This record gives sequence, C-alpha cells and structure tokens, in this order.
Amino acid sequence: MHELSIAVAAISQIEEAAERHGADRVAVVRLRIGELSGVVPEALRFSFGIAAEATRLAGARLEIETVEGRARCPVCGREAPTGVPPALWCAPCGAARDVLSGRELEIARVELDDTPVSEDAGASDATGATGVTGATRKVNPADLTRKANHVPHR
Amino acid sequence: MCRTVDLHQAVLAKNDERALALRAELAARGTTAVNLLSSPGSGKTALLELLLERCAAEGLPAAAVTADLATENDAERLARSGAPVRQILTDGLCHLEAGMLRRHLTEGGWLPEDTAVLWVENVGNLVCPASYDLGETLRVVLASVTEGEDKPLKYPTAFGLANAVVITKTDIAEAVEFDRDGFLRNLRQVNPDVPVLETSARTGRGTAELLEFVRRTRDGRCPVHRPALAAEHEPLLHHRHEDDDHPHGHAHPHPHGVPAA
Repeated sequence: MHELSIAVAAISQIEEAAERHGADRVAVVRLRIGELSGVVPEALRFSFGIAAEATRLAGARLEIETVEGRARCPVCGREAPTGVPPALWCAPCGAARDVLSGRELEIARVELDDTPVSEDAGASDATGATGVTGATRKVNPADLTRKANHVPHR
Repeated sequence: MCRTVDLHQAVLAKNDERALALRAELAARGTTAVNLLSSPGSGKTALLELLLERCAAEGLPAAAVTADLATENDAERLARSGAPVRQILTDGLCHLEAGMLRRHLTEGGWLPEDTAVLWVENVGNLVCPASYDLGETLRVVLASVTEGEDKPLKYPTAFGLANAVVITKTDIAEAVEFDRDGFLRNLRQVNPDVPVLETSARTGRGTAELLEFVRRTRDGRCPVHRPALAAEHEPLLHHRHEDDDHPHGHAHPHPHGVPAA
C-alpha cells in the first residue's frame, strides 16, 4: 500500500505550487492515473484524505482521471487497449507492442482558492482546536499577473 | 475566487530526480547498481549470499544493501561473504526510495569507492517498490517456482518494468509442478523479450550466469533490455513544469532516445 507515499508526494508538490502562487487553500486537485501505473485509485483517494489534513489541501476535492492503457504494434500498426494486465506481445507479428498510454501518474491541475477564508475560519473556530488554517497569507504580485495565462488544458 | 493552474507534474518527480542524480553519481564512480525485487520468501537473500561469495572469488568488488521493515537478519547473513553490507530498516515503509538509498550509501562514506557492483535487495514486495526508480542500472525481478506461473500477470508493473527476470529455486521445480512454459508465456505478455535466467541457490545453478550477465551489462557488452512498459514512462518523469510559459507537449509520445541505463 504505497498509495499513502504517493499521496504525500503529490500533496508536497501541490503545496509548493500553492506557495508559489500565493494561495492558502487548494479547492480541487485533478490527478491522471494510468491503469498500468500500479496505483489503485480507491486506495489513493483514501490516503489523500488523510494526508491532506492540516495542509493547504485539507478538504480539497480530489478528481481522478483514469487513463486507459493503449499500445500499438510497430509491425502491423494495430492500435488497441492493452487491457489489465497489459497484453504487450503482438502474437501474429511476434513483436513487442509500443505502449502509448496508461503509465501516467500525474498532477494534471489544481484549483487554488483565493477567497480570504482564513479570517472567517478563525472566527468560527475560536477555540483554535484544529490548527488547520494557520498559514499566513502572502500574495506575490508576480503570481497574480500569471493568472491571465492559465487556460484550460487542451 | 478560484483560479486553475495546470501543473502537469509527475507525482513521483522528486523521487525520479533523485534517482537520476544517484544514477549519474554511481555511473561516475563506476558502480553498477542492481535492484532486486520480489515477493517475500522468493529467495532474494539466499541468491545474494551466493552472488556475493562469487564476486569475492572473482575479485569483483561488491557491496550490498538490504532493506526490510524490521530485523537485521538479512544483513548478518550477507555479511558472512566479507563484502560490505548495510541494512536499511524502513520502519514499516513498504518500499525503498531513491533519497533513502542515497543517504545510506553516502552516510559516513559507507559505499567503498571501488565498488563495482552494488546489490540492492529491496523490501520483499512486488507492488510498491515497482513504482520507485532507485537509480539502478538493472532492475531484476525474481520469482520462485513455488509462486505459480501467473505471477507476472498478477504483478504486471513489477514484471513489466524488469530489465531481467530470475526464476529461483529451480531445483524443486518438478516437485512443485512449475509450469515453466506458462510462466514464460505470461511474462512475455507483460514484458516481451526480457532476458530470463534460471537459478537455484541450493545447487548453485545459474548464479555464475547471472553474475556474468551483470558483468556484461557493466562492460557494455550486453545492452540493457528496455521494457515495453517503460517506453511511455520516461518522458513524463524527467521534467516538471507549469504551463505558465510552456505549450503543452504531453499528449504526444516523445521519441525514445533515452537509453534505459
């Protein structure tokens, strides 16, 4: 069950990205997981919820896009799903098929929440029991100018 | 207000970067690293004992790192060969990571400068270690004849990313009715053309061939097998960027110009 390690690695990178962009909170995380990546989405989802606690990703919605394994035979050119476990041997041609997709383990995108929630959260959580919202807000003006460049993927 | 940032980062980018750095470091000092992967009880340690003895006999400077969740039993067994051996206790973690390995190699200058072959006995587990590049030259996946011929299909990531596969305990193959042809057929489905070596730690069968295989790889006489499953793997790994300044390039498979070692 290495999904916890995977989740921790993803969260660490996303926290760094949020820091660079001056965001205190991450609302949505979208991962692309290939069906040949060796990672089980359900286990990752479970681990992610735990590992995200007390980070900028606490409560973030996790979207997982499963990427189908596909391969093509370099001899006959036939392209088809690999299936799981992958069938990477083209028997009629006696050749290894080239894997085109399915190994992805990627952070596709995140939605950063710039709503100044920390004040509200502080008020409604006067006891300070959770300690989740402690991050100091600092916005790098350079980051704001980058916003215009963010276009939806593909 | 929400804004969307496209990251397109490999989740394991940090491990992969560390692995690349370690691979370069080891190559620069002339050390060939062999990552041994298998399920618990498939005979990694027994085989490694023989390999270390053979290295000593042939005058090939070798060292071994063995990873377990707990106990130093394996290190004690391996140290009998006289080779430098280091136990890594992962403390419950189910796999080795590149940074962890590097720390143990460099701590106190542990790994002798002249090490020709570094054997890395990974945690006995066919699932988790498969996702982590350790900067090895060769990833060797072991399966014993007692494990069943469908093992490669049950653990396609591990067997699919192997540069070589070793069948162990072949001395009892007949007794346990090992379906050798079935195993090889299943292996070919997930990793076509992967080199296969057959060994027995009890009789010593195949250990000379296995060491010779590592030596030939080391000398460049034998190219490292590039698994079909690894082909799409590499382009995504070795860079991280946000799309602020770059066009998207990930939808297209990259040319496979990167050698596996």
